Amino acid sequence: MIQKEAEKIFETKELNVNMGPQHPATHGVLRLVLDIDGETIVKVTPYVGYLHRGIEKLGESLSYFQALPLTDRMDYVSAMSNNIGYCVAVEKLFGIEVPERAKFIRTIVGEMSRIANHLLWLATHALDIGAMTVFLYCFREREWILDLYEMICGARLTVTYPRIGGVRNDVPQEFLESLWKFTDEFPSRILEYETLIDQNRIWLQRTVGIGVISAEEAVSWGMTGPTLRGSGVPYDIRKHMPYDAYDKVEFEVPIGTTGDTYDRYRCRMLEMRQSNNIIRQCIEKLPPGPVMADEPKFTLQPKDKMMPITHPTKEMAYFIEEKACKGCGMCLRACPAKAIFGEKKKPHKIDQALCLQCATCFVTCKFKAMKIVPGGKGLSDEKLAELAAAPVPEEITKAAEHLVKQFEFIKKGPKVPEGELYVATEVPKGELGFYFVSDGSGKPYRMRLRAPSFIHAGCLPRLCVGHLVADVIAAIGTIDIVLGECDR
Amino acid sequence: MAVTEVRISIHPAGLNPKDIAEKIKEQFPDQVIDVAEFRDQVSVIAKRDQIVPLLKYLHDDPILSMDHLQDLTAVDYLKKKDVRFEVVYNLYSTKYRHHIRIRAQVPENDPKINSVVPIWAGANWHERECFDMFGIEFTGHPDLRRILMPEDWEGYPLRKDYPLQGPALENDWPGFTEVLKRSKELREFEWEG
Amino acid sequence: MLLDTSTVGLITVEEGTKILPPNVIITTLDKVVNWGRLSSIWPTTFGLACCAIEMMAAGAAHYDLDRFGIIFRGSPRQADCMIVAGTVTKKMVPVVRRVYDQIPEPRYVIAMGSCACTGGVFRTYSTVQGCDTFLPVDVYVPGCPPRPETLLEGLMLLQEKIRKEQARWSPWR
Repeated sequence: MIQKEAEKIFETKELNVNMGPQHPATHGVLRLVLDIDGETIVKVTPYVGYLHRGIEKLGESLSYFQALPLTDRMDYVSAMSNNIGYCVAVEKLFGIEVPERAKFIRTIVGEMSRIANHLLWLATHALDIGAMTVFLYCFREREWILDLYEMICGARLTVTYPRIGGVRNDVPQEFLESLWKFTDEFPSRILEYETLIDQNRIWLQRTVGIGVISAEEAVSWGMTGPTLRGSGVPYDIRKHMPYDAYDKVEFEVPIGTTGDTYDRYRCRMLEMRQSNNIIRQCIEKLPPGPVMADEPKFTLQPKDKMMPITHPTKEMAYFIEEKACKGCGMCLRACPAKAIFGEKKKPHKIDQALCLQCATCFVTCKFKAMKIVPGGKGLSDEKLAELAAAPVPEEITKAAEHLVKQFEFIKKGPKVPEGELYVATEVPKGELGFYFVSDGSGKPYRMRLRAPSFIHAGCLPRLCVGHLVADVIAAIGTIDIVLGECDR
Repeated sequence: MAVTEVRISIHPAGLNPKDIAEKIKEQFPDQVIDVAEFRDQVSVIAKRDQIVPLLKYLHDDPILSMDHLQDLTAVDYLKKKDVRFEVVYNLYSTKYRHHIRIRAQVPENDPKINSVVPIWAGANWHERECFDMFGIEFTGHPDLRRILMPEDWEGYPLRKDYPLQGPALENDWPGFTEVLKRSKELREFEWEG
Repeated sequence: MLLDTSTVGLITVEEGTKILPPNVIITTLDKVVNWGRLSSIWPTTFGLACCAIEMMAAGAAHYDLDRFGIIFRGSPRQADCMIVAGTVTKKMVPVVRRVYDQIPEPRYVIAMGSCACTGGVFRTYSTVQGCDTFLPVDVYVPGCPPRPETLLEGLMLLQEKIRKEQARWSPWR
């Protein structure tokens, strides 16, 4: 009787709370609308799209090479992995092989980015739950890794170091030495973080039993990566469909048992140790050789192949042979310095004073009337005609052919066969898939990026129901989303 | 307390994708239009009428066991093919390690296809994104509304006839143009250097 | 009690500031107020995209922001600066403007990164070409993303700008 009276006096109703796009704990611009009954969650509705930049549509208007920097900005916490995923997919589409050294270097930087990603994940996850010291400790290690990135390619965050066909440049020796020292010290640092939170009573209370999901359900929801492996499913693309040098190194994959937040946390901590191990093996096994595939029709080659012509100290002069020139005017229109003059159907001439030695006319001429004369800079036209008549040295011809192919590659894009392809790689957050549809031109007809964060953000409603409001923060941290990847 | 293990995952090799395509052709002979192959990956081009039974067969069959829906997306073949849209399902089996791709043709005048959310719960957001970007309706979807663009946005961005730089400023999303107008009015109250 | 300046000399520290030893400083109200404001710029956390990571790195131990007096506040009502770090999309514009409107005067805006300055790489249907289309911006920090040192330089430029302000403490304009 008293209870019925009490229920009449205390009218409860559900409350709609908005965790807006601007929030310290939402890892970017994620908006959640929570329907709560008291403190217990009844329903969670995530709203994404606040960072949708149209990368897929932008990629359709750029060539394969130009779309590479866009992938950096997707999962900006581990930029190397995105680049590697894109390069692996495009290389399979083109049908080119990457040299061994480049494969090992890509594995090294891929695992470094895995460590960097897990460090940032741990920093923000712990900061949200309340352990603020871990944030500063993790950033200390992350700065070390970013310094190493700067040593190889000059950029800290949005590197575009892995390229189609290999990597951009070779690694200096001091990088390998510094990295070796890092791998020596890193396990002790992981031990530092674990000492702070692993057996901590508050951490255990906030993570054990939160966001439990069974193995079949997790696979059905599309989860991948450590989020899935915490539930006990042994799905790791590095083992299932190996790419780069992953089949040449030995490593283990941590699998969880209960599928709660604590298991996923332990999976990622152990993964950091495994990545450390992989980097050490790769440094030991690093073979010598080139770092870019020798395919001038599909990749951007290192500049030393064209050095015999393009280097400024070579003092090349460009000269039109009168007999071969048909007077079509293509070089006249193409010259950026307007140094070519001549009438239609009559042989053209180059004004040596205005010539920039840029080789655009050489590439445009279809009748092979353009001659490159070494050491001819500043000489008069008659002298050049004399020198041009002499046979051309072997290296100049080779360099010249190379130059023409590279020009065509950059201007028109590579000649890609028609077809479609889906390639997946294991980025730190899960499975990053690239689905390309190519129509034979140098630009992708459809570039689809399957982002793990998008799927995981969709699983939030399933993970949070029945828990308290504070557990939503722990759940967002455990699925490890980054909104740049989620929204593309 | 929860304990995690660290163990090496060893997997047996999976079926050849061409064999999977043969199996699908046996089970649904009138639904399969074509089988395409490119770089060791096989696509099965099918009609959209029986797409849910076809995918359910791939999911439930004990030998195929395609439990992981890797990707669900659409492609717009404006003027390149007779049927404008194709909804593409990339399927993978985590147990047996084989992969297949199903492409369902969706015509432009009736852009509807059945939803596969009852089979894979993760298809929910994939289908919402397809609807948002291409305008393809998924019948039977629990909550079909825009996900990446604002809810009252007009137009379907990833279609080939939609401009890359979007609509002109006058026809733009009202949420944005209103803020621009209001910020112009409020500018007179801002501090001038 | 009037100061007898004939016997005790006033030491000029810089233009407009004089010291009467041992402990009296004569200066303008502008200088004092501006010095107080620039030494404690409290931004509200508004990281949108990649630049937010560099902002966090600038706030971490290696490139410390705390030594400049900069503490990140969660609520815009308690902040006096907004660092727009990352791409602003059209869906996000009403939210950004709302957060800006909630910051009490005097307030400053730093546009960090190419996307916030001019739209950056993304010239598409959903990206706003620069946050200065709907916000008054004080300092532009270019870069993709700008290094933490660049952000520090941007903050120091903001400090210079605040130092030169005149009569912003007054109720009339």
